[in-house]
Amino acid sequence: MEHIVIIGNGISGVTAARHIRKLSDKKITIVSSETDYFFSRTALMYVYMGHMKFEHTQPYENWFWKKNNIELKKGYIKTVDSKNKILHFAKGKTLLYDKLIIATGSKPNKFGWPGQDLKGVMGMYHKQDLENLEKYAPNNKVCKRAVIVGGGLIGIEMAEMLHSRHIPVTFLVRENSFWNGVLPEQESAMINKEIIENGIDLRLSTNLKEIISDENGQVKSVIIDGTNEEIPCHVVGLTAGVSPNIDFLKNSDIELGRGVIVNRFLETNIPDIYAIGDCAEQKKGINQRKPIEAVWYTGRMMGETIAQTICGNHIQYNPGHWFNSAKFFDIEYQTYGWVWAQPKDNEARFYWESEKKCIHINYDKNTRQFIGINNFGLRMRHEFFDRVLKEKRSIDYVLEHLADANFNPEFYKLHEKDIVAKFNKENNTYIQLKKKSWKRIFKTS
Amino acid sequence: MKNIQNIGLGLFLTGLAIFISLIFLGKYELTPKLFDEIISQKGIESELFINDLNENVVGKEFSSPFSFSSKITSAVKNANTIHEEKKEWHKKIWSKPHSFVYEIAKQAGTGVIKENKWLFWWLTFGLSILGALLYIIPNVIILGPPGIKNNGIYHKAATNRGWIGWSAFVFLVSFYLLLYFRPDYIVNWSYIVDPISLNLSGHLASQWFLYGFLYCTVMIVMAVRMYIKYRHNKYQILRTTSVLFFQIVFAFLIPEILVRFEKPWYDFKNAFPLDYDFFYSWNLNQLIDSGGLGLFILIWGIILTLVVVPIMVYFFGKRWYCSWVCGCGGLAETLGDPYRQLSDKSLNAWKLERWLVHGVLVFVLIMTGFTLYSYFSGAQMVIGIKTQTIQDIYGLLIGSFFAGVIGTGFYPIFGNRVWCRFGCPLAAYLGIVQRFKSRFRITTNGGQCISCGNCSTYCEQGIDVRAYAQKGENIIRASCVGCGICSAVCPRGVLKLENGPEEGRINPTDILLGNDVNLMDLVNRK
Repeated sequence: MEHIVIIGNGISGVTAARHIRKLSDKKITIVSSETDYFFSRTALMYVYMGHMKFEHTQPYENWFWKKNNIELKKGYIKTVDSKNKILHFAKGKTLLYDKLIIATGSKPNKFGWPGQDLKGVMGMYHKQDLENLEKYAPNNKVCKRAVIVGGGLIGIEMAEMLHSRHIPVTFLVRENSFWNGVLPEQESAMINKEIIENGIDLRLSTNLKEIISDENGQVKSVIIDGTNEEIPCHVVGLTAGVSPNIDFLKNSDIELGRGVIVNRFLETNIPDIYAIGDCAEQKKGINQRKPIEAVWYTGRMMGETIAQTICGNHIQYNPGHWFNSAKFFDIEYQTYGWVWAQPKDNEARFYWESEKKCIHINYDKNTRQFIGINNFGLRMRHEFFDRVLKEKRSIDYVLEHLADANFNPEFYKLHEKDIVAKFNKENNTYIQLKKKSWKRIFKTS
Repeated sequence: MKNIQNIGLGLFLTGLAIFISLIFLGKYELTPKLFDEIISQKGIESELFINDLNENVVGKEFSSPFSFSSKITSAVKNANTIHEEKKEWHKKIWSKPHSFVYEIAKQAGTGVIKENKWLFWWLTFGLSILGALLYIIPNVIILGPPGIKNNGIYHKAATNRGWIGWSAFVFLVSFYLLLYFRPDYIVNWSYIVDPISLNLSGHLASQWFLYGFLYCTVMIVMAVRMYIKYRHNKYQILRTTSVLFFQIVFAFLIPEILVRFEKPWYDFKNAFPLDYDFFYSWNLNQLIDSGGLGLFILIWGIILTLVVVPIMVYFFGKRWYCSWVCGCGGLAETLGDPYRQLSDKSLNAWKLERWLVHGVLVFVLIMTGFTLYSYFSGAQMVIGIKTQTIQDIYGLLIGSFFAGVIGTGFYPIFGNRVWCRFGCPLAAYLGIVQRFKSRFRITTNGGQCISCGNCSTYCEQGIDVRAYAQKGENIIRASCVGCGICSAVCPRGVLKLENGPEEGRINPTDILLGNDVNLMDLVNRK
């Protein structure tokens, strides 16, 4: 019986295991040094906030693994002997494999700041980070202020976490507007406003210089680069992005870049070794995607794909049209297709906004082909946009059928008319909004 | 704001404490005159009972309902035991002992409460309502900008089975046990709502009027909490308004006003088999004796269950009833909302759910079959089983214990939909239609699910919503009451309640949307 070993019990590894099990009766072992069971790290924030208990972050009840004959092993793998197909654990044990899937995910970036390893300094990625935050920031008396470094999705989520316990937060953002490397300026400005409205001390164009320690090796304050301002605090969140968690592979024969180098079939340079998820680095980015895709959805997709290959259906990893989502305090964000921070030469933009809601559409100014959409504060249907992108529809088509795309709960205010009216006015067009059609929405192609 | 909340909490607890203490106040004296009236009113022919009471109760003053009750109930039991031995059926007292004592105590009570009903209403209901609102309304400010704010729910003793939750559990279970089985102990509570009852129905309050009034009051106060908590969510605002309307108007005001006109007390939205005694002989006889209106109620009740219910479930799903109309659902979505996250999402709970809720449905249908057979044939027994016995068992086990004591009393420990999920036969019926012949589904938004688990955690019906969403599958589950909270708490906009076409409603997926695996290859290989 072929033995498949998966290193990492995150979404990629578990998806692979689940699909391998569905497609075959191979022996499957999942190794993790972080936790006994798979949990949704996207939900860690809600544990700290009191919305959930940690056990609620586990998508599968604990009996699931035994019932499906997936063995779980706790332990840190120190080295991979690809020649003999042996994994060596830090505590001396070994594990033989026939095929190996590396799915070790990411780890928070550290850029060599003085004090970055003090007590009270943490990322917000692992369960251990959650435990640390609970220890150093249980309330606003023990932690009178927290400083968050980094202007991305994890940073704003951490701010929301601390805010839920009424802990004052200073948020250091390197850019001159939040996440403006990804978001166009209008959306970024909206989020800046949301951050400030929730009482966060937002510092734009600001970098960390140093973290100061007290006599016990605990955070006392941070020093701002440039101004040398000192901000007293008890917790520092380092959320300046993540990078592949592959240190344990440095001395192996596996080819590494920033992540584990893989081809379109998710194969490494060593036969029978694959890499998926956050730690995988495509030799070449796929369809304008980045070579390293540290996104929940792509991790899941790679797991699905590699399972097919492992079980005899050798297929390429072929992600469809880009999509993502996030939540910035009370503003939800979804994106379908591409809306860059700055439009490309051939691209035109349409922007509509109304109190904490907006849409931003990107389309080709020559062919009028729809390229992508950002929506904030209102929900849009993934299936609709996946279809219009596949069918290479025009922006006129998209606006005409915008009622079909509405995924807001029932009885919510409809904005399609306003959106279409604004577009018509700005572009001297006569697009007519069609009524919502169940047939179109749920048609099976 | 915290100070206002603390004052409100203090007032609420004061009102609650006074309410509880009322049980122990007041005196009871059964005068000879009153006793004679009761004997003739009730047609009591048991000389044993009459002599026992004349010797031990009449003319004596009791300082608590407990001793008053125990004297009379033991007299009833003793007399009935002897009459049964001697087969003197005409002398047996057929009323339930404690309900019988309630009627006596209602008239025999004296003291400060009975003489100051409005004052005590204000000291209990008034103070509690005021305190609760002072506690709730500052949340408009405290919760910050509109949006989902479940912060700290699992850190608080009140909402995570802490000591406050257990205290609420004990209080609620005790309340329901008294209401259903010891109404004679809570006569003082009914006094304080007598003025309202007289205005509405022209009669003094029964324990059921007390319950109905209390039910509506609690729903209104906690609806304010819902309006604030979900002020950003139009669906929740409308849904809350709907259950309030149906409870106050259909389940409380209309029936009480009907009584004023000497018509049968009837809740026009209460559908069989939830309304399990609709076909009992006493009810059928009462309806038939009530002329045109009674006949209308009989026909409407049948049409409601056989026609209106399945058609509405087909078009809108079970939610039209359970989340927009039903009184149990109304209380669950107001008083019960703080406890929604305590439902059990495990596979074992789901298995238990299906056996129990469908078991109750079978039970009620068999009982009703017996009932109708007895009614039309005149037989007292079916297959050697007394119809009255099976009715009594159902009424006690399901109608009282499950629906009331467990269904609501267990809110703080097991969540707000224990009855709806595990015991309600109408929910089972609605659920079968919803599962097999309905347009309703909770659509999953393609591949957007991040498996965070908020939807499962806050599902009051204990559905593991995430298990469907993370596979890109629509949620179609018999028990789903369409409360819409999974959609509300989802941080990524993954879920939407929809009444789309029936075709393609159930959509098992091998590969999630967003992953462009060539499905034709997969199909060919299978």
